Amino acid sequence: MKKIAIYLMCGPGTPELAEAAVEGGADIIELGFPFSDPLADGPVIRRAGERALAEGMRTAPCLECLAATRRNLEAPLIPMTYASLLEAYGYERFAADAADAGATSLIVADLPVDAEPGLRRVQLVAPTSTDDRIALAAQRTDGWLYLVTVTGTTGAREGISSALGGLIERTRRLTELPLYAGFGISTPEQAAAAAEVADGVVVGSRAVEIATDGPAALRDYVSSLREAVDSVSAVSS
Amino acid sequence: MSAPGRTFGEYGGRYVPETLIPALDELELGWREALADPAFRDELEALGRDYGGRPTPLTLAERFAPGKRVYLKREDLLHTGAHKLNNALGQAVLARRLGKRRIVAETGAGQHGVASATVCARFGFDCVVYMGSEDMRRQAPNVERMGLLGAEVRPVEFGTKTLKEATSEAIRDWITNVETTHYLIGSCVGPAPYPKIVGELQAVIGREAREQILASEGRLPEVAVACVGGGSNAIGLFAGFLDDSSVRLVGVEAAGAASLGTGRAGVLHGSRSSLLADEDGQVLDAHSISAGLDYPGVGPEHAFLRDTGRAEYVGAGDEEALAAFRRLAETEGIIPALEASHALAKALEFDEELILVCLSGRGDKDLAEVLSR
Ligand SMILES: Cc1ncc(COP(=O)(O)O)c(C=O)c1O
Repeated sequence: MKKIAIYLMCGPGTPELAEAAVEGGADIIELGFPFSDPLADGPVIRRAGERALAEGMRTAPCLECLAATRRNLEAPLIPMTYASLLEAYGYERFAADAADAGATSLIVADLPVDAEPGLRRVQLVAPTSTDDRIALAAQRTDGWLYLVTVTGTTGAREGISSALGGLIERTRRLTELPLYAGFGISTPEQAAAAAEVADGVVVGSRAVEIATDGPAALRDYVSSLREAVDSVSAVSS
Repeated sequence: MSAPGRTFGEYGGRYVPETLIPALDELELGWREALADPAFRDELEALGRDYGGRPTPLTLAERFAPGKRVYLKREDLLHTGAHKLNNALGQAVLARRLGKRRIVAETGAGQHGVASATVCARFGFDCVVYMGSEDMRRQAPNVERMGLLGAEVRPVEFGTKTLKEATSEAIRDWITNVETTHYLIGSCVGPAPYPKIVGELQAVIGREAREQILASEGRLPEVAVACVGGGSNAIGLFAGFLDDSSVRLVGVEAAGAASLGTGRAGVLHGSRSSLLADEDGQVLDAHSISAGLDYPGVGPEHAFLRDTGRAEYVGAGDEEALAAFRRLAETEGIIPALEASHALAKALEFDEELILVCLSGRGDKDLAEVLSR
């Protein structure tokens, strides 16, 4: 079965939204801990981050949101954030407190694989990554590799990146780990196309947008992704 | 290759999305090759001289500071009116060596945007400049200059609408177009190797000033002082005197943007440095009348020089800067940039007698802002 990871920004409604996403068929939930200057993010997640910060979602409340989400969910929960938060909180302390609150791993968007090697996390690789760096990321990553499908920031795009196929091919030669593709995947068609080649898909901006319409809308949206992705799994298995 | 280590003590590094790392490696390699190539140095020197107007003069400001010997390093007389051209010319030559013909840049005061637009016109590159809409308002003449020079100025409408957001947008553009685009960063900030590249390109300020002051005074200055936004004119001036332990090095920040004076260690725009941030690592807004100093971060080398004690950093408020702006105009017939006015304000307060000030730019762009006060 191909995996679906759904990104949600931390906030008061997040535990309920995460449950709805899992009901709809999400396997993994990424929880955004907002940062004031998110270099890897396009307008949708940037604005969601601004809103969350305005609502007071700093590190401690985000950890509480993580713990509250964990209470009713078994699925892997992965905080996704930026180095500045870990610098301020302490890298080790952040990892420990996130794990205590129920985190399965971490993603730090601006911490490339050769920085802070002691911090166990899901590593990202990009179409521009060299084979050496992909190999290092595979060696250091926590369970799976996050394949950034585009040179660009998060956000919906038309079509699916032409860079994805080549990146998957190169990465498969270097590792047997599961490869989940993210950035720019928003429609069921795109999710299906990515799932043809990857072991899973990560959906961020579109999920964040739909989450503003509430848990029921999010559940329906994730179900539509699930259906599309499963149609691929059925064919390819 | 991709040095994960920090570049200046515990500061510097590369805190950027993976997408950019190979480009930073390429830049680092290209820079090292360029430095080792005499043709690169010759071309840069010729451009600085024949196009930029280097060496810039050193002017004794007797009426501005009676009873003292205050010398002004006249980067305001450089082509385009500020030290920013030193960096833009060097990076343009580097970009051409790397085969990149599209340039993105950020700008606050507009001086780096103008310098970028200028070198792009000179080299035939496409140029996109990100600028906060608040800065477009207060530095309107520079927006018009960039347009005349053929650059596209893209307003940045979110957050503080100033240099911090413009820098983030320029980096996002670079992430998206990294295969074709060189990011011409405007100060000694950003991920490695940028702080080093910009620092070395601005070091011409200190090299010239050291020779010039020795020629006119027969001794080194007691104090060398410069304003600090991202810190590039200061690092360029300091570079000439780092090994002269008798010379006090003083950086002047805007009081409302004192990343070194009141900041804490943190990560912004790709490097670890001292910045205005809260205890959770969220970056705070800076406040300054001067768009070029209105930035919550600072180059990592300055954080290092502060910690080692080699340089000191002080703050000057809006009113002090405005007073120095008017005083230099009235006593010397030189209208300084508001940024440089912060350094001028502090130059009057030192007990020492022989003082070297980096006059980083001219103030034409600031007239509307000053006259409205
Ligand atoms: C004239 C002038 N001086 C100083 C600065 C501040 O930059 P830095 O600290 O990098 O020299 C600027 C920035 O726009 C400027 O235009």
